[in-house]
Amino acid sequence: MQKSLHIDPAKCTGCLQCEMACSYEHTGVFNPAKSRIKVFDFHHEGRKVPYTCTQCAEAWCLNACPVEAIKVDLATGAKVVADAVCVGCKVCTIACPFGTINYNHDSGKVQKCDLCGGVPACAAACPTSAITYVDADWTGLDRMRQWAQKTDAAARV
Amino acid sequence: MAWTRKILRVNLTQGSCASEPLNMEWAMQYLGQRGLGTKYLMSEIDPKVDPLSPGNKIIYTTGPLTGTMASTGGRYSVVTKGPLTGAIACSNSGGYFGAELKSAGWDMIIVEGSAAKPVYLHIENDKAQLLAADDLWGKTVWATEATLKQRHQDPLTRVSSIGRAGENQVLFAGIVNDLHRAAGRSGVGAVMGSKNLKAIAVRGTLGVGNIADPKVFMSAVVASKKVLAANPVTGQGLPKYGTQVLMNVINEMGASPTRNHRDVQFEGARKISGEAMHEKRATDGKTHLVANQACFGCTIACGRISQIDQTHFSVSTKPEYWGASGGLEYEAAWALGNANGVDDLEALQYANLICNEDGMDPISFGATIGAVMELYDLGILSKEDIGLEAPFGSAEALCKLTEMTARGEGFGKIIGLGSKRLCAKYGKPELSMTVKGQEFPAYDGRALQGMGLAYATSNRGACHLRGYMVSTEVFGIPIKTDPKATEGKPELLKAFQDATAVVDSSGLCVFTTFAWTMNDIQPQIQAACEGDWSLENLLATGERIWNLERDFNLAAGITSKDDTLPPRLLNEPCKTGPQAGMVAELGKMLPDYYRLRGWTLEGVPTAETRSRLGL
Repeated sequence: MQKSLHIDPAKCTGCLQCEMACSYEHTGVFNPAKSRIKVFDFHHEGRKVPYTCTQCAEAWCLNACPVEAIKVDLATGAKVVADAVCVGCKVCTIACPFGTINYNHDSGKVQKCDLCGGVPACAAACPTSAITYVDADWTGLDRMRQWAQKTDAAARV
Repeated sequence: MAWTRKILRVNLTQGSCASEPLNMEWAMQYLGQRGLGTKYLMSEIDPKVDPLSPGNKIIYTTGPLTGTMASTGGRYSVVTKGPLTGAIACSNSGGYFGAELKSAGWDMIIVEGSAAKPVYLHIENDKAQLLAADDLWGKTVWATEATLKQRHQDPLTRVSSIGRAGENQVLFAGIVNDLHRAAGRSGVGAVMGSKNLKAIAVRGTLGVGNIADPKVFMSAVVASKKVLAANPVTGQGLPKYGTQVLMNVINEMGASPTRNHRDVQFEGARKISGEAMHEKRATDGKTHLVANQACFGCTIACGRISQIDQTHFSVSTKPEYWGASGGLEYEAAWALGNANGVDDLEALQYANLICNEDGMDPISFGATIGAVMELYDLGILSKEDIGLEAPFGSAEALCKLTEMTARGEGFGKIIGLGSKRLCAKYGKPELSMTVKGQEFPAYDGRALQGMGLAYATSNRGACHLRGYMVSTEVFGIPIKTDPKATEGKPELLKAFQDATAVVDSSGLCVFTTFAWTMNDIQPQIQAACEGDWSLENLLATGERIWNLERDFNLAAGITSKDDTLPPRLLNEPCKTGPQAGMVAELGKMLPDYYRLRGWTLEGVPTAETRSRLGL
């Protein structure tokens, strides 16, 4: 089964455990500044929204890369940057419509979510299940279930 | 290691910023944050110094777990000599600022001297500089944060600043970071104002590493997070209702000081409770509460984000307050509400917003209004004195007086002195509900005997966060004790005070201790830090910190005669509720407490105690 990260912003509290887990997994340091997942705070609306790469099937970043540094991890479907190949040209950061691939000036390479090889640290760290790692074909399953229940309840009135 | 081992020393008189190594010998004795900050302050200032003079210093200090994945590991403390009390002041805050400071590579900032003109400190990793703040002076905390983020073209910059209350040296001015998280108590904001230091803006991209044993640390962190999630208080009560879960509980216990401690139960409590914040308003059909919010790294998320009723008289013509923002926590709701007899939830939120916006401690402010309203009730203060009618229960008076105090207008200047000085000024010192000059928080020291002792002996004046005896007397954590009983309370309080000093020195939040014991905390500290942090050593560290703070106060001229409670608590019994008839029986507990602490009958640590603790 292909799995993907599923984000439910309504559950996010803004604790940044995901950002710390991501940076720790990839650098060994707790450093939200180097996280590949970011939580945005829309303060005056009282909303916190985690956001990261959704691993496009036809990935703009992958197609734009002039040195073929972005490859598909066949096990997870993740688009993964090969640091040894990346030249830090940042063309992918222009190509990505979502802004989820970014340059890291410490390494001189770009970085993006790689699904941690199939065990995403952000999802494991999230205390409220705002970030889960679920069947990629059924990310809407929970929401469908809720509406199914609501619709049916309404129909029975 | 967990410490960055670096201190930033800022001299405002000279305009200099310099890096120096952290004294690791002291770190091994005092851990970090509250303990280590106090050790530095004690070593560098004369405890008799005027708190608002350039001779005082102000220290912003993180703990070894600040900025790590340990749940709630985002705290920092501000340590200085407090202007409200003349005692050691140590105010702790969450939000994101503390972790950002650590991530920039600093354990601590020591600020000394005083700037000739307003300045702010800008830190970007190892680069630190003082910049002119003439244009920020007179601005609120909120405007200051927005301006600095824009000026440095970095929305991820974190800011800790004072508002107009701190500039005006309101004696209970706080320091606010991330819009509504505050190092709130004892007037630390007034010290910042006295130094012409408007703000600290920090951006850290280095991260926090140097964990002594990363594998063991991460497994301890994961196990401890599970304990918080499984506990009914930290896993359900606090996320859903915030600390406001306490409003109805404490009121039903007959332990909710009301109308300047005349009563111990407030008939309007339910209307301003955590439960009420979930109810739909008649005016707009919306709930007051919008969401809960976590501080950095916190898996409890007790913070309240609320949206005020736009039709309420306080904001109907002020759309700038209509957005969601930091909502009422229990202590603020109590101080602005019960202490004044005001049961208008929206008015309390307005006053709370102003406290956040201009940097005032809502506890001391609200409790001072309680004293003003009692003086008004007694005919000692008139409408002419105050500038408005101020009877108990008046939401209009509360809102207006909040604005006046925050902005230093009219009678607000006198309120800004705090209740001790205000009551003395009008010839009624006994009506000030304070210990060592600091106003009580939201628990009655007559109804809960242990809390009475905690207030009397707290090193920073009346405070619930130095030994939260409510845990045992109300919730039965770690054991259930009778609130009326005095026996056994000194032992428990000493244990609470020492353990709390450890938590406050680690980078963690004391709210974790609703669920965590030292057995959950110790493995996280031991795995993160080099050195021996056995349970035994940690508790000795806590006791050492408590005694060091006591030493500071003794040297500042505060003695055992100040370990007392206002006459109202000692002589006027609780009128209603389960604890009716009770007064605070401090005399039955204090000698025992001194003895258990290893202090003389005059409350001074003996030579033997000093030597045992390495003081």
